[in-house]
Amino acid sequence: MPTAAPVEVHEPDLTAVTAADRPWKVIVWNDPINLMSYVTFVIQKLFGYSRERAHKLMMDVHTKGKAVVSSGPREKAELDVFRLHEHGLWATMEHDE
Amino acid sequence: MSVFDRRPLRRGRQGQFVVGLGADERAVLASLSGQMRELLADRGDPSLRRLFPPAYSSPDDRECEEEYERLMADDLLARQREALDLLESTAQAEELSAEQLEVWLRALNSIRLLLGTRLGVTEDDEPDPSTSPQHGLYYFLGYLQECGLDSLVGTGPGGE
Repeated sequence: MPTAAPVEVHEPDLTAVTAADRPWKVIVWNDPINLMSYVTFVIQKLFGYSRERAHKLMMDVHTKGKAVVSSGPREKAELDVFRLHEHGLWATMEHDE
Repeated sequence: MSVFDRRPLRRGRQGQFVVGLGADERAVLASLSGQMRELLADRGDPSLRRLFPPAYSSPDDRECEEEYERLMADDLLARQREALDLLESTAQAEELSAEQLEVWLRALNSIRLLLGTRLGVTEDDEPDPSTSPQHGLYYFLGYLQECGLDSLVGTGPGGE
């Protein structure tokens, strides 16, 4: 029987949980060019939301100036932002406070 | 039959999308696609800013932004070009698939974003199509986009 070698246990370095690991939220901003029907269509298509939910998010964008359309880790948020930009929506990502 | 059957983009009986544009309008779409593709070559053009907005809200995330642009900017440009290519190559088509129509909507939107930025369109200033040929074009592209959306989501005439 081999003797189990002592295993060096690495304590997780809690300080390594930096700001970058906190979730990100993806925001769509109001702009005067995109049609309301187009914004609804894109949100519904990209995120698979119901027409009602997509419409409500679009109305938030239109009346409040912005709406959070998705959230998650950085890579997912960046992909969502990319797809929104691909469709011409004005989107950015920021840390979920 | 109703007057609405004359809409420039509408759903056909077999689920295809019928393009009811005249030769002049088709020529305009093809020409705009080409012009737009040329403009995309000059990324420094400020009227392209709405097509390539920053990904990060905060200036504090500048490093992330730079990394994002390094990784994604070429892809975004390629996707814009692909959409314009398809609009140009199908500008004479009598019918479009749903996928093609969705790409049309993206391409039309890109052109509207550029035109709207150049015309200085604001929330309170609904552009009057009679102001200039560019305003007329902006209005026409918006109408075409709206008709395409109506036919896709089924709220328009002919839709389910």
